[in-house]
Amino acid sequence: MAFNTEKNSYTVIFAALMVVVVGSLLAFVASGLKPKIHENERFEKQQNILYAMGVNGNEGEGDVTFIPTSSVEADFSKFIVKQMVLDGTSAVEKENAYLIDVSKEIAKAKSGEKAELPLLVGEKDGKTYYIIPMYGKGLWDAIWGYISLDDQMIVQGVYFDHKGETPGLGANIKQRFFMDDFTGESVLSGSSFEGITVAKGNGDPLNSDKQDNQVDALAGATITGNGVTAMIKDCIKLYKPYLETIRKK
Amino acid sequence: MALLSKKDSKLVLDPLADNNPITIQVLGICSALAITAELKASVVMALSVLFVLSMGNVAISLLRNIIPSKIRIIVQLVVVAALVIIVDQVLKAFAYELSKTLSVFVGLIITNCIIMGRFEAFALGNGPKKAFLDGIGNALGYGIILVIVGFFRELLGSGTLFGFKVLGDPVNKTGLYAIGYENNGFMIIPPAALIVLGIIIWVQRSRNRSLIEEA
Repeated sequence: MAFNTEKNSYTVIFAALMVVVVGSLLAFVASGLKPKIHENERFEKQQNILYAMGVNGNEGEGDVTFIPTSSVEADFSKFIVKQMVLDGTSAVEKENAYLIDVSKEIAKAKSGEKAELPLLVGEKDGKTYYIIPMYGKGLWDAIWGYISLDDQMIVQGVYFDHKGETPGLGANIKQRFFMDDFTGESVLSGSSFEGITVAKGNGDPLNSDKQDNQVDALAGATITGNGVTAMIKDCIKLYKPYLETIRKK
Repeated sequence: MALLSKKDSKLVLDPLADNNPITIQVLGICSALAITAELKASVVMALSVLFVLSMGNVAISLLRNIIPSKIRIIVQLVVVAALVIIVDQVLKAFAYELSKTLSVFVGLIITNCIIMGRFEAFALGNGPKKAFLDGIGNALGYGIILVIVGFFRELLGSGTLFGFKVLGDPVNKTGLYAIGYENNGFMIIPPAALIVLGIIIWVQRSRNRSLIEEA
């Protein structure tokens, strides 16, 4: 070899070159693929939101099936009739409110700053759905999702997702056997906004009791489950002033 | 004519059993414990490592004469990380669903000791073809153990395989559950993987006593 690979100067030059080459390669790949990736993420968001209001391809008791990406844009504008952001106890319409970064807005709202909390209104078969985006933390990383309520504050459907929960354990929050249990539960207990607790050992694995504000937890995923409980509670709390105004008593 | 010479096929076949990276060298244990609660995750992880290890081995092998030895570990890390990130980005753009399944494993692949171990022990001293075969062999050896552990943990812990309820429905009490069988919840948590792995190591070494280390 022509080079003396032991020399300090060679090491420094090699390191510098490596950083430049790898850095520009990654930057090139990332910027080249960005539009496509963003589009995929937008479609996914639309699919998730529609999933929570029951517009999905689920059959029987199998896996989570979304509506196909090819038709999601059309379906989204068909079923989602209003996109709003909260303003105290009222809500104002805002275009593409579903693209708002909920994690930032929830953090702002919690620290008392002015925040833009999005709320989507869906309509299917003459029934109105209020869809609230949620964001919280699981065991390893972020968890998020959507919960759709009717005007009695009964859950019509949920969708959860996560960044890095353990496969086979916490990652199962996005499986139907967990999410389906939420449907029919009320986020109200009496007239206070309780949320829904992911409960261990509530003796109701089939979730036949829809009045207890509880769903059965996942084995081996206590912290992720507690994260889901906290996420629902926190987000419902932020939306409570507005939810009170639409709630039918 | 055989596809591979005797020496080359040894590179692929050895790590499958008698020089298995997990059960003999006890590398890559961390991911073997973390993600084997279900079979599907085991298979996905095994395939990802197969790709990254074979490609990374080739890349390191091609660069082996110009890598300064003082910073070789950093260079190896950069190669794995760049490879994994590029794959992840391409999947995100063209196979979004698949990338969602894989994203959890990206961090686990980069830090997998088997990958660094093979770069350091083999790719730095051998040509690209041998390095490629070595990568395939070691990744398969890793994958086999992952699949065996995943198989037993999912079957005994959840009563399913690839998500299919092969033992009946535990909630509605059908199949085996009708006669009083219960899932073993212990199998789902990581310590169970360590026990299954221990049993595999025990079985393997009692069948081939030459594998037992001198005390």
